[in-house]
Amino acid sequence: MPFFAPGDDPGASFLELLRRTGSEPFAGLAQVPGAEGGFGALERSHATTVLAVRSSEGVVVAGDRRATSGNLISHRDMRKVFPADSYSAVAIAGAAGPAVQMVRLFQLQLEYYEKIEGKPLSLEGKANQLAEMLRAHLPQAMRGLPVVPIFAGFDPVDGRGRLFQYDVTGGRYEEQDYATAGSGSLHAGTVLKLGFRDDLSEPEALTLSVQALWHAADEDSATGGPDPVRGIYPVLAAIGSEGFRQLSDAESGAVFADLQVELSGGGSGGAARSGSTGGDPSSAGGSRSEVSP
Amino acid sequence: MSMPGMYVSPEQLMQDRADYARKGIARGRSLVTLEYGSGIALVAENASATLRKVSEIYDRIAFGGVGRYIEFDQLRIAGVRHAELKGYQYSRSDVEARSLANQYAQMLGQFFTHELKPLEVEIVVVEVGIGDESNQLYRIQYDGTVMDEEAYCCIGGDADAVRERVAEGYDPELDADAAIRLARAALAGPEREIAAPDLEVALLESNLEDATHRRRCFRRLEDDEVEVALGDSADQPDESSDQEDS
Repeated sequence: MPFFAPGDDPGASFLELLRRTGSEPFAGLAQVPGAEGGFGALERSHATTVLAVRSSEGVVVAGDRRATSGNLISHRDMRKVFPADSYSAVAIAGAAGPAVQMVRLFQLQLEYYEKIEGKPLSLEGKANQLAEMLRAHLPQAMRGLPVVPIFAGFDPVDGRGRLFQYDVTGGRYEEQDYATAGSGSLHAGTVLKLGFRDDLSEPEALTLSVQALWHAADEDSATGGPDPVRGIYPVLAAIGSEGFRQLSDAESGAVFADLQVELSGGGSGGAARSGSTGGDPSSAGGSRSEVSP
Repeated sequence: MSMPGMYVSPEQLMQDRADYARKGIARGRSLVTLEYGSGIALVAENASATLRKVSEIYDRIAFGGVGRYIEFDQLRIAGVRHAELKGYQYSRSDVEARSLANQYAQMLGQFFTHELKPLEVEIVVVEVGIGDESNQLYRIQYDGTVMDEEAYCCIGGDADAVRERVAEGYDPELDADAAIRLARAALAGPEREIAAPDLEVALLESNLEDATHRRRCFRRLEDDEVEVALGDSADQPDESSDQEDS
């Protein structure tokens, strides 16, 4: 059982505790001999689309389900959107192994801090923790295994959703409206840019996210679209004052079904559209108004 | 510990240490842990809203301590660290109260025999069972003695008297509110009343509506929730006094 003298205590940092008990969390790959040349063959590492959009209730986070290994699709049902704790989420693009490990450490760190200190970190504190992990990960990023996350959550102090974008060096950039990452981020970002309004409701933000993912998958081979045959749909999560909620596959499927109706029947392009039923996102169909960007 | 020219028998040494630890523990208020229909309630008499006696260790494991705050809080933190490291290295399901209780026992035993002064604490480690699993309640004393308790468990200076009072009113089918009322009555005894703000209450709930979103079974009750549970504010004003009479 780990017990430390007062001046020697690792405090509320789980990473520091790991180091002190002999397992450096980011050491592994940096010590691989021959890794100096970089994992060149594995470098298609941004292959993903993840995004976050602010809504009037909080924030919506979404991500596709495809994982690729070169030209092969290695997983069809991978999850890239995770709850970081009850009021925040993290979405990842980049090399899958280190990214998933980073999310795991991040989740543990937030819960660990909350238990040791008796209260959760502030949203800003959480965002900074993730930046610190990215900085620690930089040597591996330079070897061709980058991780690029998005962090989003509901800030109980401000009473609103906030979102943060990162780069591989640990740079942390707070965004006001939306954030994207991954190989499809350009296309997804354009759709979000055109469709975003300051007063998007949560169902509208979910619809807009789904449109952005659909267009990203349409243009980017490494981003997976909806897969109704297998019942696999991109992960959609909403965070508001009630906390993190991930939509079930059926609910996500219903949002995509709405989009399909719109794309096949609704005429021109569809990139700059924003459905607004104003109600339950799971209700397929329903009246819909076109919103100018 | 030996000093030149002075002999103290080991029996006497241990006796002195035990007396010292007991005296320290007896100064503080007690804590009751009891199983109810769908979980475990931890109820402590604690006037402070920030220096806590009852805390979360891991998904299904909670900790309660009485005695010297700084000492049992150190034990709490060591327990969180042990559990988190184990869950990280193996799996969350490999973290269990039994192994944690043994670790605590070793640590307390080590302090008791080898340090200048024993820890003046008594702790409980409880784990709520999900589905068919049964709950686990461990009580660990200042010298490292572990006791595997059933149904309820009391620690603190007044533990024996409190235990008797719990035993009189206990029923395994109690709901959470009734369990909290029973715990309050037992902690207070026949001559006192304890108000809701002086109670620290937490539940380990096994009836999770959605297991993926409610992995953490520990829930701390705020003062107003405690008041509602006790029925102080509304419809069941006589419930707790009934139990005191019985």
